[in-house]
Amino acid sequence: MNRRMAMALLALAGLFVSLYLYLYKIGKIGVIACGTGGCETVQLSAQSRFLGIEVALIGVLGYLLLLGLALLSLQPRFAGRSWPLLGLVAAGGGAVLFTGYLKYLELFVIHAICRWCVVSAVLIALLFVLAAVEWSKVSIRENEGVAE
Amino acid sequence: MTNHGGDPVSDKQKGKKAAPTPPPSASPTRFYAVVAGLAVVGAGLLYFLVQAPKDVSIPVPVTLTTEDTAGFRGYLLGSPDAKVEIVEYADFQCPACGSFDGLQFDVVKRQLIDSGLARFRYRDFPLDQLHPHARLASHAAACGDEQGRFWEMKRLIYDHQPTWSAARSAGGLFRGYAQQAGLDPVKYDGCMDSKKYAGRIEASLKEGLSLGVASTPSFIIAGRMYRGALSSDSISAIVRRAAADSTR
Repeated sequence: MNRRMAMALLALAGLFVSLYLYLYKIGKIGVIACGTGGCETVQLSAQSRFLGIEVALIGVLGYLLLLGLALLSLQPRFAGRSWPLLGLVAAGGGAVLFTGYLKYLELFVIHAICRWCVVSAVLIALLFVLAAVEWSKVSIRENEGVAE
Repeated sequence: MTNHGGDPVSDKQKGKKAAPTPPPSASPTRFYAVVAGLAVVGAGLLYFLVQAPKDVSIPVPVTLTTEDTAGFRGYLLGSPDAKVEIVEYADFQCPACGSFDGLQFDVVKRQLIDSGLARFRYRDFPLDQLHPHARLASHAAACGDEQGRFWEMKRLIYDHQPTWSAARSAGGLFRGYAQQAGLDPVKYDGCMDSKKYAGRIEASLKEGLSLGVASTPSFIIAGRMYRGALSSDSISAIVRRAAADSTR
């Protein structure tokens, strides 16, 4: 399995985590499997919405985008192209920053930790690192291909 | 160099060698199939979670014990010595009750209850046929009362009424509100699982019916029934008149 496949699988896992949280938030799933109870506190806090949109829904849409880009980058015709990877780096970077903001809210505003959100944070961080590594390698190859 | 393909070639492109071939990328078809398979499995799991019945259902007791019918007369706020009593028969899932709680209750509390002019008694009147989660909400609030947090739970339940009313399963949401209200989750879970307040809720409903309550919210102020959501101004006027009458 190469890095691009790993990115697709990470995005798929993140998609299901955020979908699970979103289904709980809209009351489709009765009880959230969390253990500490922190997930409920976080999911039902005022900070669980960002600009009027459920954070979990933003997660669903973000992971869908990342999954689409990761699957696209696997196409042989894009194997040597850097733009799908640049898209993954950009979207992944934005997601990492947003996740950092959410972690700040959990620790210092809500004072509760949602385990599923931690899982999502780990997934997005790994995805971002893989995307950055893959993009830099492809960029180097592209630059090597430029004649002096 | 001839551009056999007939495509325009820029100077920059002319200066480019062909980019070195990246590591051989096998056809992703098989991997796509794996991703699709995992997606189906994941979707199936989520579907199972959505379909699985998770709620504690609060039974409607056929027989009520004396413990259910005696001793408890609703949730009291304010001084027991206040001249006038406001009793509200309410259903947590009734929109008008939610509206009263959100818009009028705080004013009533500030003007009449905190000043000692009146005391407020909240009584459950779950309308099961219209509101399938009402009895569960009443029980969640009763479990809040067990830990001294009834009014906090009541506020949270009403504040989030549109969310849990639309939910197929509301137990998890109530548990979340219990967390927010500062309840001990283990004790709360035990209370909900025991269904220990089912009889008390039913007794409150039956008592309301015997008094002539037919809809929610209904208020009994100074012994007189008022049906429908009252404004804080109306309640204030009724209470002040009743207080004045009682001093004559």
